[in-house]
Amino acid sequence: MQNKKRDSKNSLSRKFRLSEFLAENIIKAVSFTSFAAIILIFAFVFREAAPIFFPQEKKALSSEFQQSETYGEDPADSPKNSLEEYASFHSGASDVASFENLTQKEWQPVGENPKYGLLPLFIGSLKATILAILFGAPLAILAAIYSALFASKRLREIIKPAIELLASFPSVVIGFFALMTIATFFQSVFGFTYRLNAFTGGVAMAFAIIPIIYTVTEDALTAVPKYFSEASLALGATKWQTALFVVMPAATPGIFAALLLGFGRAFGETMILLMATGNAPLSTFNIFEPVRTLSATIGAEMAEVVFGDTHYTVLFFIGALLFVITFIINAIAEFYVRAKLMKRFRGE
Amino acid sequence: MMNNKLLGRSIVIVSALAVLIIISALVYILLDIYIGGKNYLTWGFLTSNPKEGMTAGGIFPAIVGTVLLVLIMSVACVPIGTITAIYLNEYASKTSVFTKMIRFAVNTLSGVPAIVFGLFGLGFFIQFIGAGVDKAIYSDGQLHWGQPNLLWASLTMAFLTIPVVIVSVEEALRTVPDDLRAGALALGATKWQTIRKIVIPNSLSGILTGTILAIGRGAGEVAPILFTGVAYFLPHLPQKLTDQFMNLGYHIYVMATQSTDVEATKGIQYATAFILLILTFSLSFVAMIIRYRFRKKIKA
Repeated sequence: MQNKKRDSKNSLSRKFRLSEFLAENIIKAVSFTSFAAIILIFAFVFREAAPIFFPQEKKALSSEFQQSETYGEDPADSPKNSLEEYASFHSGASDVASFENLTQKEWQPVGENPKYGLLPLFIGSLKATILAILFGAPLAILAAIYSALFASKRLREIIKPAIELLASFPSVVIGFFALMTIATFFQSVFGFTYRLNAFTGGVAMAFAIIPIIYTVTEDALTAVPKYFSEASLALGATKWQTALFVVMPAATPGIFAALLLGFGRAFGETMILLMATGNAPLSTFNIFEPVRTLSATIGAEMAEVVFGDTHYTVLFFIGALLFVITFIINAIAEFYVRAKLMKRFRGE
Repeated sequence: MMNNKLLGRSIVIVSALAVLIIISALVYILLDIYIGGKNYLTWGFLTSNPKEGMTAGGIFPAIVGTVLLVLIMSVACVPIGTITAIYLNEYASKTSVFTKMIRFAVNTLSGVPAIVFGLFGLGFFIQFIGAGVDKAIYSDGQLHWGQPNLLWASLTMAFLTIPVVIVSVEEALRTVPDDLRAGALALGATKWQTIRKIVIPNSLSGILTGTILAIGRGAGEVAPILFTGVAYFLPHLPQKLTDQFMNLGYHIYVMATQSTDVEATKGIQYATAFILLILTFSLSFVAMIIRYRFRKKIKA
């Protein structure tokens, strides 16, 4: 009897329908695109930056022979190779992509003796990002607290979409606004020596990260189970005491995630910084001087480099660096924080 | 006790103030850009070509370029995003490694900086695929596909906007009640029939929202197309996929930072920025309204 039952079940499930089979597998195959995209991005950004990781080959071989050797598997056409030969012919001995070259203190990619020190760019990125967080995060988190914990339901339904509309502002428009209005305003108020500087760029970038920090923080605050605040209110705590001492601490990992995501977004942001920071690669910690960030360097210089030469390689290396850094930051925000949040809410 | 009350009130006031600052900044940016460009905002500005070395005339080619870009992008990213969302929500088992891989990839993809997509487009589409096609098909040694063009820029942008579509379609799929699926299955429909006839029609609004949001994103981003196909000025509109194109965002960037006479074109810059802002703003506004109505319908 039992055998029979199992048989009939099997025969049902084994009934093969071509359309079903095709549908499921095509859908599965297409959904693999996102994963493939990540792999491809990783592979191709690193591929163009490869000479940095294998400087020996490039140094050891004579220019013409080595070019065809290194790029032998490259299906790129002959014009590219001839460009590379041109580039290698015109570049001096020091124009080699290597880690020693990247750790110099200066970024001076054009000239007799090009220097590819990433330090000033890195400092520039950090300065602008930290400033953006300092300006944007308090505003965004406070706004999230208000709309999640204090605002009436109707008011919340206006505030939330309004702030999220800020996310639809293209970064080039924010950069333009910073360049035209914010920079002029700050210069007339604070009397900056340089009209465009890290401070201006940071303030402008705050607009770009406010929506993301706000949204994630708001979600974290509203995700705190109702019984947390109900218990607190029942014990006689006031609304704001509950908000500050019960809901906020419970949502800390979420707020931390919001900050990380904001940091990642700001670190990779290009157009705002390209337009509003003055783009001078200086290694100082003065926030009122112009800075050049990693991302803006790619945006500003990639159009002018010769394909395949050292400068080109270094720019791709910077891209790879940005990819890895934002990847790590997002991964931390995603896994560590989410796991912690879940644990806390389950009361473990 | 008094102190407590004061503290409580000040927290509420400070946080409300933060909301006020953000929203007034938003309104201020809109107004500032509108006022800066309002003298140029005419119908003729939208429909005419730039004249006299970009210091006069309109932005018609930049609008056409942007529209073409987002159209080709949507053709690529909307089906892929929708199908991925369907897989994740309808077929995938939550615990399988494959599902986790895809979820992880979607999350990662949405965090990759826009400029890195640009590098990827250059390295993959132009240097690898484009140059490969040139080598395989053409023997004249000329560049056909192995240089920046409309197609490569659109596809690069599609990679950037796939997560946008996935997130919003998935949200819609999740709101389709399981009762509907169970009902269809109980009546003898297969899984694919259920998805095609019940699930997808019920989540069309999500697909629409995703498309609109993706278009808004694609229209506004500049970094990914910087070196994959955009041009500062072109005498002709793009005729084929291998042509370069003009773009609203890039137009603003170049005019504001690299133009020889920034002052003379200030009005044009503001007006262009306003057009772009209104475009992305209204797209996300429409998406928001569709979503809001949809949620209301679900609740009712």
